[in-house]
Amino acid sequence: MRRETVLQTHDLSMRFGGVVANDRVNFALKAGELRCLIGPNGAGKSTFFKCLTGQLKPSEGRVLIRDLDTTGAEPHAVAGLGVGIKTQVPNVFDALSVEENIWLAARRWLDAPRAKAATAETVERVRLGDIRRRPVGTLAHGQRQWVELGMVVAARPWLVLLDEPAAGMTEEETAFTADIIREINRTASLIIVEHDMAFVRALADIVTVFHRGAILIEGSMDAVSADPTVREVYLGHKH
Amino acid sequence: MSRAAEDRWLIALAVLGVVTMVGAPQVLQLFTIINLTTAIGLALLGLSLGLIWGYGGILCFGQTAFFGAGAYTYAVAAQNWGDTTGAIVAAVLAAAAVAAALGYFMFWGRISDVYLGVTTLTVTLIFFNLLRRTSGPDYRIGRALLGGFNGTAAPPLRLPWDDRVILSPQAMFYVASGVLLLAFFGCVALVRSRFGRVCVAIRENETRAELLGYDSRLYKLGLFSIGGGLAGLAGVLVANGIGRVTPDLFNLSYAAQAIIWVIVGGRGTLIGPVLGAFGVFWLTSWLGTQSYFNSNMVLGLVLILFVLLLPRGVVPALVELATRRRRGALGRAERLRARRPKAGPRRALQPAE
Amino acid sequence: MDFAAAFLVQIVYGVANLALIGLGLAIIFGMMRVINLAHGEFLMIGGYTVVVATNKGVNIWIAILVLAPLVVAAIGVVVERVLIRFLYGRTVDTLLATWGLSLLLVGIVTAIFGPQTATTLSPPIGAFQIGDYGSSGYELFIIAITAALFAGIYALLRFSKLGLLARGTMQRADMAAALGVSTSRIYMLTFGLGAAVTGLAGGLLAPITGVVPTIGASYIAKAFITVISGGAAILAGTGTAAILLGAMNNVITFLAGPTFGEVALLAAAIVILRLMPNGITGRYFRRSL
Repeated sequence: MRRETVLQTHDLSMRFGGVVANDRVNFALKAGELRCLIGPNGAGKSTFFKCLTGQLKPSEGRVLIRDLDTTGAEPHAVAGLGVGIKTQVPNVFDALSVEENIWLAARRWLDAPRAKAATAETVERVRLGDIRRRPVGTLAHGQRQWVELGMVVAARPWLVLLDEPAAGMTEEETAFTADIIREINRTASLIIVEHDMAFVRALADIVTVFHRGAILIEGSMDAVSADPTVREVYLGHKH
Repeated sequence: MSRAAEDRWLIALAVLGVVTMVGAPQVLQLFTIINLTTAIGLALLGLSLGLIWGYGGILCFGQTAFFGAGAYTYAVAAQNWGDTTGAIVAAVLAAAAVAAALGYFMFWGRISDVYLGVTTLTVTLIFFNLLRRTSGPDYRIGRALLGGFNGTAAPPLRLPWDDRVILSPQAMFYVASGVLLLAFFGCVALVRSRFGRVCVAIRENETRAELLGYDSRLYKLGLFSIGGGLAGLAGVLVANGIGRVTPDLFNLSYAAQAIIWVIVGGRGTLIGPVLGAFGVFWLTSWLGTQSYFNSNMVLGLVLILFVLLLPRGVVPALVELATRRRRGALGRAERLRARRPKAGPRRALQPAE
Repeated sequence: MDFAAAFLVQIVYGVANLALIGLGLAIIFGMMRVINLAHGEFLMIGGYTVVVATNKGVNIWIAILVLAPLVVAAIGVVVERVLIRFLYGRTVDTLLATWGLSLLLVGIVTAIFGPQTATTLSPPIGAFQIGDYGSSGYELFIIAITAALFAGIYALLRFSKLGLLARGTMQRADMAAALGVSTSRIYMLTFGLGAAVTGLAGGLLAPITGVVPTIGASYIAKAFITVISGGAAILAGTGTAAILLGAMNNVITFLAGPTFGEVALLAAAIVILRLMPNGITGRYFRRSL
């Protein structure tokens, strides 16, 4: 069965004043795929990510989600297509409890009783049942990341965009995060921006390497790590 | 505070409110009743600001724009129509419409924070300046002369089914208290609804709410318009209490006072701004009766001290105190329970880094 | 021709007036992200300083150019120490606290001097004629001194060591502190500088407007609106906003009277904010001072 392309960009460019953060990026993601975007700091991954989510409006080029042109659409409109988004820094409602955070995500798309069920289920799924009444602002960093993953999951998205889901986590936490992500991948396609190479290696079948605002190479992790240019620009000086 | 505890408080509050509403005219002098009616109108203005600032994070410096728009609409409509019930409806709708127009302008332009404060402040100043100019026979709407500085008469309320009967001050007091009680519990229901909870989420983190698929502009617009309508209703009550509407309703000093009520009473609560309004009203009337302290001085000091020492206001501080005391009483068992090792990651108990 | 010249002087004076009353507020907002709502009262106190000093026989020039800035700067430093420094990083709270301060100062001044207009001063420079049209020499003086103030503040921020330290601290307080700069002292000095400029403005305007305890209210809205629509850059923001709003105000005043002039100023500010939600310099001239 030929798999459908669920997200693509055509000649996507983003400039800030004189700085070119993304230069004519052509990218495509197939249904069911789990793709990691890697690259050194300043390679343009996060800018690219923000153009996909609607947080930035690209200077040129187009973003298509399924067949819909979402270039420059508001984030809520992108999310409205059934896209789950997690930003780089834990972006949660600090004053609200774990449960309330996840309920807000679920209730956007589900009616009241189903939202309640989905909330309960999701809280267990990200293993935050014990602390579900605690305000998220009082939680540890890893837990806040999971709350946000929970918010992404609760809305039952078919496409998920994650920016550094494992940043700042311990090895054990990272492993659990990878479990959650694999589970998400059963029902959704994913794009993950990540720095942690072990994490990427454990997850992705295909990775896309960004360098100087453009795609340098795409391929399996092994093929990519063997590439001499990649070694030079990225793996050579791992930060 | 848990939901159940909050419910108990609200029931007690409702009982207290109804008792006061029915009892006050029996025991208080007419003069006090009339004064209280105005204070109730101001409390409603405080409630409207407390709703949009406390629950939507929209710091509006020009809540008086809707307050004044409501009052003027009521006065003009009542003078023209004779019937006051329709005038009230028109006033609330007009105030909500002004808020909706301004809200559309601001939220779709992504104006926020201090910039939003300045925009709203500017709008109320525009109203103030324009209405001051409306003296003379040229400025009339139907039968109502706008009257410039001196303003125009706000006809007293009449019975909805018989516009020959003017409400007595006591009846006016019943109407005002009833309106405040309904508005208060309406706001409670609103902030507990899905709409209200989404508004709080937007206040907490607008980006995240947008990324979840909520159009924050729409929710803010809704909340802002409701707040505007309530402020307009407050304008009607105060216009009735004073008997006139003047450009001063749009003045900065009213806008300043409304903010003081919310700060003193407590942001993020609904009862706080109401109590704050009554408290400050009482304080200023008391200061008016003596000549040692000038009321500006005292209000200024109150505001400074609250921002420095009790920035969350009286009500949240009291709630916290009560919760802590209760914890102290039955907390020992709980603490023992907490000490037992729990399932799940141990790190969970450590604070954020 | 004479009329055009006189009208032009009026417009330039209108612009200078807005720039002058906004500058002190802009210094404090631009450098410290603190909005001082007691700004109008700082202007008012500058005015009272001149009135009291001249009544005591002090030369009016010394009162305006030396005493008013000194007195208000001293008050500013005290306010920063006992109030503002506890609230850094909380823009809304500083706004509210300084609003309280504004009411307090109005109350205190009313208690001391009474609610009426203090003795009026006459401008120390007389009128002169442009053809058939009278023009005020003192207004020209205010235009000149406003320009000089802008130039002086620019030089101070751009070239002096204090200016460099201040700009560094405002951008990265943690970094500056790590380099051994006393950020607390820089904040205090900046606030004092903003207050001094405000005191000077208040003193300069006192002979034109007269002084009452509540005069601050008529200044604050205009100053606030000018500074906020200008955005974060102190000189470029306040300057461009003052030019736009001041010109608008005067032209409409000429065409339709002072009320509509005022309304036009306010409406222009709203439109600016709608088009540029972070003020003019939030969009243009971002790196300017």
